[in-house]
Amino acid sequence: MSGLLDNYFATSAMSMQAKNKRLELISENIANVSTPGYKSRDLDFVAFMNQAQSGLESAHSTNPRHIGGSRSTASFDNAITYYQPLNPSLDNNTVDIGMEQAKFGKAAADYEAAVSFLENRISGLRRALKGE
Amino acid sequence: MSIDAVLKIAGSGLNAQLVRMNTIASNLANATVVAGSPEDAYKAKRVVFSSLMLDPDQQGGFDKATRTGVYVTDVVDDSKPVKQIHEPGNSIANDDGYVFGSNVNEIEEMVEMLDASRAYQNNVSVVSTAKDLMYRTLDLIKV
Repeated sequence: MSGLLDNYFATSAMSMQAKNKRLELISENIANVSTPGYKSRDLDFVAFMNQAQSGLESAHSTNPRHIGGSRSTASFDNAITYYQPLNPSLDNNTVDIGMEQAKFGKAAADYEAAVSFLENRISGLRRALKGE
Repeated sequence: MSIDAVLKIAGSGLNAQLVRMNTIASNLANATVVAGSPEDAYKAKRVVFSSLMLDPDQQGGFDKATRTGVYVTDVVDDSKPVKQIHEPGNSIANDDGYVFGSNVNEIEEMVEMLDASRAYQNNVSVVSTAKDLMYRTLDLIKV
């Protein structure tokens, strides 16, 4: 049963982790807005997604009744991209504060959406358990 | 890795900007201080920021797993020449009757202050958003 529940929540967990990582990277950019030579970073969701999917394919099942693994070992390290600044700066800092704020706002909304999806999953499961 | 890493990063940003604000306040307060020699004259202080990611050896109190954020590596003196003021009546004037004022440029400091306060505000809004998201996530147990 726990495996089933794991699978049921794995997508949400993964999604929240990815969104959390993105929030982390952007908040780091905002904190380093005046650091000379700092390079603004972001999470490339497509690259991360591809990596997570290729991780799934390699997971083999020994029994045809095994449920396909939705857990993946994808790491964020290979999905990190460096932002190309719109304007060059004297100290080689590539943080564009306006862009970062916009990205942070979107990332926060994305995170909240992931929480809502998880909420729906939990309440769906509760309803199924109650058998209403 | 969790949302409190965001809080930690923004906190390090707040801290760094606060140090910067302190140096600006010190510069403005000492703008009119005079001294008897160019060496003793007050030099404007500037903070040097560094990303924790750039320098893995210096962790600045952060644990290795979340070695992120920003910290102040150094406070350096501004290299601009100091002002030479002819004031023979001053008791600390040198033999030629000169005293040496600071090299603080008030307008520059004001601009620095605005920049620091904006950066501080940005970090505050990151903290408040992260806090809201944290509460939102905690609310999951009520569903």
